[in-house]
Amino acid sequence: MVNMTHTVHSPADNKTPVTGSKLVKSGLADMLKGGVIMDVVTAEQAKIAEDSGAVAVMALERVPADIRAQGGVARMSDPDLIEQIIDTVSIPVMAKARIGHFVEAQVLEHLKVDYIDESEVLSPADFVNHIDKHRFTVPFVCGATNLGEALRRITEGAAMIRSKGEAGTGDVSEATRHIRTIRSQIAELQGLYNVSPDALYVKAKELSAPYELVVEVARTGKLPVVLFTAGGIATPADAAMMMQLGADGVFVGSGIFKSGNPAERARAIVAATAYYDDPARIAEASRGLGEAMVGINVADLTAPHRLAERGW
Amino acid sequence: MTQPVVGVLALQGGVAEHLAMLESLGARVVRVRSASDLVGDDGAPVIDALILPGGESSTMDRLCRTFGLFDPLREVIAAGLPVLGTCAGLIMLASQIEDPAPGQQSLGVLDVTVTRNAFGSQVDSAEVSLKWAGSRVAVVRAAFIRAPAVTRVGGDVEVLARYQDSVVAVRQGNILAISFHPELTGDTTVHEELLGLVRLEAAI
Repeated sequence: MVNMTHTVHSPADNKTPVTGSKLVKSGLADMLKGGVIMDVVTAEQAKIAEDSGAVAVMALERVPADIRAQGGVARMSDPDLIEQIIDTVSIPVMAKARIGHFVEAQVLEHLKVDYIDESEVLSPADFVNHIDKHRFTVPFVCGATNLGEALRRITEGAAMIRSKGEAGTGDVSEATRHIRTIRSQIAELQGLYNVSPDALYVKAKELSAPYELVVEVARTGKLPVVLFTAGGIATPADAAMMMQLGADGVFVGSGIFKSGNPAERARAIVAATAYYDDPARIAEASRGLGEAMVGINVADLTAPHRLAERGW
Repeated sequence: MTQPVVGVLALQGGVAEHLAMLESLGARVVRVRSASDLVGDDGAPVIDALILPGGESSTMDRLCRTFGLFDPLREVIAAGLPVLGTCAGLIMLASQIEDPAPGQQSLGVLDVTVTRNAFGSQVDSAEVSLKWAGSRVAVVRAAFIRAPAVTRVGGDVEVLARYQDSVVAVRQGNILAISFHPELTGDTTVHEELLGLVRLEAAI
């Protein structure tokens, strides 16, 4: 295999800047907390997102709802599109690589995107391995449906996790299930930490995750990286519910630009995410937004069309 | 003096890290989410100091203006409340932003011009040690995350640190502002400087 570069260098002195460290990678995710990351497919949409208060945009060719409707293999976006969006906005730009497609990731790093999403929304390129994210200077966010999956991605170098939900549906039920699952699994480990720490060995085995990481989660009661929620969020109330369930922020994919009034809805979801614990402000934000995306009930999707089942 | 009460603007961004660091230094912390967390009915501040954290400056600006925090923030800071702005917080304090997002405004209480993302994209974000020339001389461990830089410094503004020939830390009276994130590296020098300003106010 080609020797992939971009490993973190550790200078002997502390005057030389260190890029790509764990702290610097997770640091950007820390600065996104409490915010909304919006899917955009054109430079104009990116501008609307920035102007509406998005903390970052996800540059892609098709939103998940269209990937779902049109079918076929979904891949990394055209570099021209990604560069146009980078040139248009001043907020961070993320882009998606296929699960396991480390060359798409190399290309995205070369384009200087600020974060790479190794995403189940695209067609997986490797059904065994995820990308070795430690080899990159650019940070990665990865999806997870449960705690074990989140910890395996963190072990591979993910600096941010998003619960998967079911992208492109506008149905928030899977997002709810995944964030609740992750939070309750964390609470269970936390409960064991003082009472029966010896049980954490078998928990590590059950979660298929490194024991040291399991102990860290049990001790601190949280993931060692920022946890966002994604997949099916379409309204201000959806976003606020994810925040009340313990998310650090939200990704909104098809929910904004597949709705009747994207700019209004984007501003409303930003407000509801910031003031997630204030029903009066969520109510105010929810007024007069026009049509939400039509959506698909996840229960009506047959197994091969469920994107959350990609990745392991 | 009694335990200082420090507010952290908590609409978006790296809030928790500042709260944890302030508590480790013995301060009582308050999340500032509306005007009433900042000033009482008599118009006087209900906190002894304020931190404007890192995050996305254009998002924080929009939320502050939408939810009635912009003017109260400007007033308490102009009236002399000790304040520390980190990264996006520096941008919010500045009198001028060279490259604002569309419609982005700043509080205009600190006489400097800033440029956003001055050191490049995330692959250029870095950890490094800097010389700190505050009330005591120290080495500060800093994390620069898509950081801004100060490109013009007003007459009453003192430069406290530089990185790659750029000004990255300044003080003007009770206003401290830095481009970087000591709350991520765990270096308490800058937060101690803020609490020093609080002690000075209490002593007079």
